[in-house]
This record gives sequence, C-alpha cells and structure tokens, in this order.
Amino acid sequence: MSVDIKINNALKKYGNNIIIPDLSIQVKKGEFFTLLGPSGCGKTTLLRMIAGFNTIEGGEFYFGDRLINNLNPSKRNIGMVFQNYAIFPHLSVRKNVEFGLKTRKLDPVEIKERTNKFLKLMHIEEYADRLPERLSGGQQQRVALARALVIEPDVLLMDEPLSNLDAKLRVEMRSVIKEIQNKLNITTIYVTHDQEEAMAVSDRIAVMKDGIIQQIGSPKELYQRPKNIFVATFIGKTNTLNKTIIKREDKYLVELSPNYLIENNSVKSEDSKILISVRPEDFIIVENGDGIKAIVNSVVFLGLMTHYFVTLETGENVEIIQESTLNDTYERNSHIILKLNTNKINYFMSDGIENITREM
Amino acid sequence: MKLFKKKKTPLEIWNYITISILILYIIFLIHPLFNILKASIFDADGNFSLVYFAKFFSQKYYFSTLMNSLKVSIVTMIFSLLIGIPLAYFFNIFQMKGKRILEILIILCSMAAPFIGAYAWILLLGRQGLITKILETLFPITVPTIYGFNGIVLVLVTRLFPLVFLYVSGALKSIDNSLLEASENLGCSGYKRFFKVVFPLCMPSILAAGLLVFMRAMADFGTPLLIGEGYRTFPVEIYNQYVGETSINHNFAAAISVVAILITAVVFYLQKFISKYYRFTINSLHSIEAKPVKGIKSFLVHFYAYFLVFISLLPQIYLFYMSFRKTSSSGSVFEKGFSLDSYRIAFKKMSSAIPNTLIIGGLAVVIVVLLAILISYLVVRRTSLLNNTIDSISMIPYIIPGSVVGIALVITFNKGFLVLTGTALIMIISLIIRRMPYTIRSSAAILQQIPISVEEASISLGASKMKSFFKITVPMMKNGIISGAILSWITIITELSTSIILYTSHTITLTLSIYIFVTRGTEGPAAAMATILTAFTTISLLIFLKISDGNDMVM
Repeated sequence: MSVDIKINNALKKYGNNIIIPDLSIQVKKGEFFTLLGPSGCGKTTLLRMIAGFNTIEGGEFYFGDRLINNLNPSKRNIGMVFQNYAIFPHLSVRKNVEFGLKTRKLDPVEIKERTNKFLKLMHIEEYADRLPERLSGGQQQRVALARALVIEPDVLLMDEPLSNLDAKLRVEMRSVIKEIQNKLNITTIYVTHDQEEAMAVSDRIAVMKDGIIQQIGSPKELYQRPKNIFVATFIGKTNTLNKTIIKREDKYLVELSPNYLIENNSVKSEDSKILISVRPEDFIIVENGDGIKAIVNSVVFLGLMTHYFVTLETGENVEIIQESTLNDTYERNSHIILKLNTNKINYFMSDGIENITREM
Repeated sequence: MKLFKKKKTPLEIWNYITISILILYIIFLIHPLFNILKASIFDADGNFSLVYFAKFFSQKYYFSTLMNSLKVSIVTMIFSLLIGIPLAYFFNIFQMKGKRILEILIILCSMAAPFIGAYAWILLLGRQGLITKILETLFPITVPTIYGFNGIVLVLVTRLFPLVFLYVSGALKSIDNSLLEASENLGCSGYKRFFKVVFPLCMPSILAAGLLVFMRAMADFGTPLLIGEGYRTFPVEIYNQYVGETSINHNFAAAISVVAILITAVVFYLQKFISKYYRFTINSLHSIEAKPVKGIKSFLVHFYAYFLVFISLLPQIYLFYMSFRKTSSSGSVFEKGFSLDSYRIAFKKMSSAIPNTLIIGGLAVVIVVLLAILISYLVVRRTSLLNNTIDSISMIPYIIPGSVVGIALVITFNKGFLVLTGTALIMIISLIIRRMPYTIRSSAAILQQIPISVEEASISLGASKMKSFFKITVPMMKNGIISGAILSWITIITELSTSIILYTSHTITLTLSIYIFVTRGTEGPAAAMATILTAFTTISLLIFLKISDGNDMVM
C-alpha cells in the first residue's frame, strides 16, 4: 500500500558541517515527487535519510502516521533504485527479483507468481536466467526496477536512475518509469540533476540548493513563475537583465532600450532596481517598427528550433530561440529588432531572491 | 568515538566484532611486542638497564651485523629493481613468445623459500659444487666464492626480482595507451619515452616494490644462515642470541629485535614520505598494447627474460634432479644411478612433516582469510576510530622481521596465564599475525571495488546486515578471497624464520624438515622434501592463476 510521506524540520550534518539545515516536505499518496538540484545540493543525502542509509540528526520523518526516524532500513518497506542499479552480479535476473520476497519468507508459489508478474511487466522475462553482466544498461535498469517494485513497497525511491544510460535510452526509460508508476500508483521520490528529466516524469518538483528547498511546484509553475532567479535559471534557459523602473506621464515603465519601453508589471514602483527574466522563446524578432536593436553574433540550427546569440544595443548579450522556418533565418552580423512577449516575463528583486511579478 | 555516538541504537553485531578483534590483537601482538621492549630495557633482575643496547652498539662484532644487513638489503633492492623493471617493461610492451608460461615461471621464482635456493646454490657453486668443479677442470681459474655477501645477494635477488616485476607490471597495465601515443606524437619515443613518461608513471609502484624487497631482504634469515658463513646479518644474530648457549640472552636478542624494528619502521616511513611526491591517478581506458618485436632486438628481449628465469629456477631444477639420485642408506652420500631412496628416507624420518604442513598451514589460512574479510569490511565500510586503530595495528607485522615475531611470542607465552610454547597453536598464531597485513590489504582492495549500494539494495529489500554481508558481499568477494587464500597458503608453507623459533619435534613442517635435513647433511632427503614443497607451491600457484584470471596479485 502506498503511503504519504511527511518530513518536518529535517537536519543533516557531518560533524559540524551542516548539509541540510531545516527542511520540510509533504509528498502525497501516489505522487511522483522529484528532488531536483545541482550536485552537492543535498538531494541524494535527503533521499538516503528517507531510505535509512544516512543518519538523521534532527526532525521527523513519517510514512503515513508512522515515525520512521529510527526504523531499520530493512524494515521500512522501501523499493530503492540506485544510480549504478546495484544488481547482485552473482545472482541471475530471476534471483535478483526474488531476493526481497525471499527475505520476507513468502510462500514459494507466491514468490514465483509475483516474480513472473514483474519480469513480464518490465519485459525482462526472456533474460530471467541470465547473469546480469550479460545485460545492457537499459535491461539492468529494468531488473533494478522490477526488484524494487516486486516487494510491493510503500514508497519507491530512485537515486538518479537514468544517469548511466545514453541519451536515447534515457528518454525511453523515463517514460517506462512514469508509466509503471502511474499503473501501480506508488508514492515515488525521485532524485535527479537533469531538469528536463524531472519535468518529464514528475507530478511535483522540489528545487534544492545548498540543502534548502527553493521552490516546490508542478513543472509548469516552476518554469513559468519561478520563485527566485536561481529557479528561473536552473529550470530551462533564461536571460536576466538589470533594469530600473521609471515614471513617465503617470505610467511606470521599464526601459529595455531608448525606444522600447514596456509597462511595469511588478509590485515595485519608481526608481526601483529590478531584474527581469526573459525566456529565449519570449523574444520576438520583428521586421520593423519600435523595438530593441540587436546584432546577431552566431546562429545555431538545431532542427526544430534555431538559436540566435545576439548583442543588444544596450550592450547585453542574450540568447533567442525561434522555431525554424524555411526562409527567414538571419545570418551572422545581421541587424534585427526585438520585442518581448511581455506577459510571460518575470520580475525579480535586484538580488534575485524574490519574484515580484504582480500576479504572484 | 563514533561507536558510542549513536546512543539511541544499541550496539550492533559489527561493534562486537570490532571489540573482539581488538582484544585478539592486544593479546597476541601488542602484548608480545611490549614484552620484547620490556625485555630489551630491563635486565634479568627486573632493573631498568640499557646495557644490552650499549653492548650492541659498542661492540663492533654485533654492530657490524647491522651494517651487513643494511648492505645486503640495499644491494639486493638495487639489483632487483635493475633486473625487474626492464623485465616488466619488455613483458608489457612487446609481444613475447610464451608470455603466459613466462609469467608463471617468474612468479614461481618468488615462491620458493630463499634458504632452499641458498642450499641449492651451494650444491652448484659451493666449494664442492657441480659448476665449480666443471669450471675448475676446464679452465685454470678459481671460481669466486659463493659464500658470504655474493651468495646472499644472488639468492635474494633471484627470489625477489619477481616482486618488482609484478608491481611494475601492475603499474604498466594501468597506464593508458594514449599517454604513450601522446608522448610519441610530441616527439618523445623509445628509451627517451621510457625515462620521461613510463618510468615516472610507475614510480609509486617502483617505490612500493623497492620497500617490499628491502623488507624481505632485511628480514630473511635462512639464506645468510646457510650461505653467509662468516658474513653475519641481523636476523641470524637475533636467532643465535636466542638459541645460544645461555637463555639469559633473551634480553640481548630482544634488544637487537628492537633495533631491527626501529630500522624497518624508519625505512617504511621514509618510503611513505617519498611516495607522497609521486601521487596521481590515471584513468585508463585502453591499456598498453604489446607491439611485435623483430630481429636481434627480439632475440635479446627473449634471451634476457628466459635466461633470468632459468638462472632463478636452476636451484629447483637441480634439487629436483638430485632428489631422484641414488643415495646411501643414511641419505647423506649420493651414489651412481637413480632411485626413490631419498623420498623413502625423507618420509621415514619426517613422517609428520606433510600432515603438519597441511594442518598448521591450512588452519592458519582459514583463520587469516576469515579475519581478513571481517577486518577489511570494518576498515572499508565502517570507518571509525576503533576500526582505524585495528587497521594500523594489523599493519605492524609488515615491518617486523619474522624471527622477532617468533621471539616475542615465546617470551610472552612460555609462562603466565596462557602457556602456548611448543604447541601447534603458537605456530598457527605466528603465521596468522605475519600474513594478516597482506591478506587484509588484498581483501580491502576487492571490497573497495564493490559499490556499497549493492549492500544497501539488499538491506532495503529487507535483509539484515549480517545476511546482506554473507549472502551478497562475501559471494561477490569470493574469487578474490580464494585467490588471496592460495597466495597466503604459498607464503605460509614456505615460511621459515618464525617457525624455526617456535617449532618442536611434534610440529615440524615441510620447510623445517628441509632445513633440518640440510643442517644434518642428509642431502638426498632434503632435495626430496624441497621437490615436494616445490610441487605443492607450483600446483597452488596454477590453481591461483586459474581462479584469479588476470587480476593483479597483491603480495
């Protein structure tokens, strides 16, 4: 049975070195929850605290209403998938999958039934009697998943499970993971540093940095309304521009260039220094009219999209992404005029720690 | 510290193992060594006295043994490196014929007890030696004497250069081929490349091998005893003082032992200090590819390798031949023709030698392996102050000559709460203590290659810590453990310097029986026993190579 997970005021330190100062999250029953952050942000540390492989220096960890802080890892009923899969190399695929059922001393008939079910579910029944060393990375990943799921765990924990696979297999396996999670409806905590992977699989994502959660939200919320400049730059690409709000004819405006001013949509008013964050796709290249003048420095054609690296007339360098079309690609050194998709822009305090866009 | 930090969780099984092992080490290693120290600075009446040290350093007769030992060890080390490094380089960089067999033969060279080599060289090059006689009949020359310094160095170098070969080969295998290609691409090839790129990259292994050779040469006891004649070295002097006419000289033997330990400790730390300057890591994707070699170069390379191996194995070959010679009924005089008399006499006089070897050696190996697995697990997986202490303590025997271990055990266990002298148990204990550092190192190396997540996976699937250890970790270490065990077995059955101090007529092993036959002048049975020992060693080595299959050897 899947459960909800509650973590209150978690504290992790090694000696005097604090890794996670004070962290609280709640994961709903059946939710696919991802811990996302750069390396060293404490995401794997937190996952291993949940699994019981790291000690907990403070706070409470609950599975449902059960406090698990001091519960032995072997008693937590967790399915865990490791970064290197941690397949037992001396046991066949079948024996690997059976392992957890055997330690639970289940009836042999049931062990066989459940093992077969998951071998089939993960499409590895044909390799059942092979030793793992003869399997590809993707197949090993499937064995690891089957082994973790066959014990019907309360919680599934995954520690960067796709990082050892090549790019194509990674995309394939993440849909396999998502699909099986949906099917079994099991509460899942997933750790990754790959924001695209996180967006692809998660119901909700917690973005972490230095042991602190920066924002928890759906992939859409994180991308469109990031809470601070770190989240804005970590999730997807963005251009950040330092600007000042000015007052002209009773209106508060932000001057992007001398002849391109947009209406201020932040909660601040005149003379505030702010940061605005513009996603590369929110620049619009126009043929003529008012706008920011810019020069194209380089063009990268990637098929679906074309990336332009340009210098604005104000001296700032930005990246622009446009859908590739047959005709109007701009050459290097060509002069272009840019406008903004203003309602998708985010405004931040000048130090970047708070989103001050009006509707937030 | 860390052990008691987690107050909430009760002491788990590994904590008990830590404490038990620590207690064993205190009883069987720390305490005996402490007794050696005590014996060296307190006289027979229990008064503090530095008279033994004064005696050692003031009398040239004793002090010269120290200088002799240093001279032998340094010269042996230099020659072993000079011979072993090129051999390893040729072996790895050229496609040589019979590589597999060559490697086996090289390893085999290192595995015979050195004193057996010494004995055979006396038969070949001694005053009445076969080669000496042939040369002196053919040419009007005097063959330089094999006794003394020359002989000791010859025997030790032919036994110890394989260690250099193994270490440097290991280093060469870890060098990425692209480094050599890059060097060539930048205009540096041939011997220039060897000195500028290959040699520095192998430096850590060369230093480690040099240290090992030095330690072995310094501690070796059988060789100088047999072939040294007037050339007296340290371990021989310790032994002489110990078995000497008066037993009071325990104290003097202890004092010499303390000096020996201090010197090896200094060398050990000196090597560690120098190694610091050569620390780096290589990520090797493609190891060096052996290139074909042709013409005169090919001949020279092959001649070098095979001639070296031939010279080094000559003692074994000659003893093998002699063991089948017809011999007088006492076994001391060879007669014309061939027979199995030597074997018959050997079995009659030393019927228990083979069973003793199997029992004492076998038990020692089993216990060494068990303890080494546990200790390496504690050291690698459960770092704590106590476990680090165990790690350090377990390395102590590495720098202590075997005869010192023997004497330490005797003065500790010949009276008091635990009397063990004269038993097989004390021999087993001494072998365990001496072999532990090597087996722990090799087990730890295996364990480090097993990702900890495999164990965690087992625990998260509901298995207990002990179950995970025995069902998952140990089976994964299996091959490494077995090959480590065989290697320990080979070293244990060829061991002499400790057993010679601890044995009684009931606990004579193969090696001891050879030594006894040799000293009694019964050469036929000695050759027979030596051949049996060589057979044991060879078979064990072949099994080892079959199991380890390409893995590096940790000696």
